[in-house]
Amino acid sequence: MKTAGFRDFLYPALFGIFLLVAWQLFVRGLNVPSVLLPAPTDIWAKLITSLPTLYADFVQTFIRAVIPGWTIGSLAGFLVALVCDRFAFLKQGLLPLGNLAAALPIVGVAPILVMWFGFDWQSKAAMVVVMTFFPMLVNAVTGLQASGHLERDLMRSYGATWFQTLLKLRLPAAMPFIFNALKINSTLAMIGAIVAEFFGTPIVGMGFRISTEVGRLGLDMVWAEIAVAALCGSAFYGLLTLLERGVTFWHPSYRR
Amino acid sequence: MKTSSGIRGGSVVPVTVIVLLILVAWYIAAIFMNTVVAQPRIDAAGGGFSNTLSISWGLERPIIPAPHQVVQEIWMTAATVAPWETKSLVYHVWVTLSSTLLGFALGTLLGIALAIAIVHVKLLNKSLMPWIIASQTIPILAIAPMIIVVLGSLGLTGLLPKSIISMYLCFFPVTIGMVKGLTSPDPMQLDLMRTYYASTEQVLWKLRFPASLPFLFASLKVAIAIALTGAIVGELPTGAQAGIGARMLTGSYYGQTVQIWAALVAASVVAAGLVYGVGGVERLVGRRLGSQA
Repeated sequence: MKTAGFRDFLYPALFGIFLLVAWQLFVRGLNVPSVLLPAPTDIWAKLITSLPTLYADFVQTFIRAVIPGWTIGSLAGFLVALVCDRFAFLKQGLLPLGNLAAALPIVGVAPILVMWFGFDWQSKAAMVVVMTFFPMLVNAVTGLQASGHLERDLMRSYGATWFQTLLKLRLPAAMPFIFNALKINSTLAMIGAIVAEFFGTPIVGMGFRISTEVGRLGLDMVWAEIAVAALCGSAFYGLLTLLERGVTFWHPSYRR
Repeated sequence: MKTSSGIRGGSVVPVTVIVLLILVAWYIAAIFMNTVVAQPRIDAAGGGFSNTLSISWGLERPIIPAPHQVVQEIWMTAATVAPWETKSLVYHVWVTLSSTLLGFALGTLLGIALAIAIVHVKLLNKSLMPWIIASQTIPILAIAPMIIVVLGSLGLTGLLPKSIISMYLCFFPVTIGMVKGLTSPDPMQLDLMRTYYASTEQVLWKLRFPASLPFLFASLKVAIAIALTGAIVGELPTGAQAGIGARMLTGSYYGQTVQIWAALVAASVVAAGLVYGVGGVERLVGRRLGSQA
């Protein structure tokens, strides 16, 4: 088991290194102008020298917009799911709309939100809230129905109240679904915050930096920003996966 | 989780009630949110309840337009203007739709090809799969401007750059769904194929591919929805020439709120139509394969 875990790590790592080397050789070997595609070493050099700028962008986009928006949106989706669970009528009405909303291009709300909440991080956080609300609603409602009939009957035979059943049976059973939504939302939140910055922003932020540096053809800076964004996104996702493993340790997919 | 399960018979009443409630809330919100702009005019008109309603719901540049204003804008720009003029909403929807469909087709092909490779080559499963997942942690929509500019300087302009962004977003759900679908035949069936002395290719076409169709269509519904999102965002950095995204951008530059909302509603209708269309193809294919449903 231990060696398999190591191999699971080794193969993708080797493939990644192969990609980076191939990229470097391709750019250097064919003399691709850095306006089109900078070499990994150039990007690394830029990344090291412009850390303060990258950090400021990270704070503006990730700490001020992504994290609060993701928290509020997911929490709101979860609370509405609880209310839906209590009132069947609301569930029947909202769930089809929630499913429909998953298919809609919600990023389109960005210009409206920028108009309502101003150029600064508030409008970006609002965008993230809107984007993360529906996936959580739909998943949490599904998750709350995931516990089996037998288990629910058992709780009733114990004389458990609605709240006790929720806390001790149905919430734990819903956790895999809720974590699924949290993970989906982590990537959606990054996208929402960055895209909202295209519609107006103060002079800081990942989306702002990317669009201005593209205009100035500073592609090494753009790639440095992408590297930071990918790192943040992966770390966020990875953290959630770890947390999920801790909370839903009982789930069949983690059994050994 | 299917993206769109449609509205089933039992939920027509609740959905209608909720939609009506949303519309009522929208109208009420329009009164209060537009106060800043509307109040001076209401006072000038002499106040009163009917003046408040007619002015808050009829502003030229409202903070939030009333639903009927949005419908009116859509009617004005879609039905009264020739569809090939740049003023027409139909023209912009077509621009976005064409790059969505091209990106969707490319992404689906790439996704299926990757899934077939992953299922058949064991080494790829271990090495490629994590990178396919990692590729989606890069917020592609954020690099969209760069991709558009880089492809533009390579001489690729117009439809293709936007489609490539759609493709990049599309292929992921297709690959994930198809890997699951192609590996869904159980060992008994695979063993049966082996006793028939079927080649790998025959197993793929006669067993794995038909078995994967439900997974494929579930993925395609997700994929076509994000393809549309990709195409819309792809239009933002091109300097707002044409398309639904461009309508939104020009609307936000010039404070034309109604235009933004009209573009948004148009995009939603297109999205719902596309997902519904994929569902229709699914039913057709299902009938051809003799499914009972």
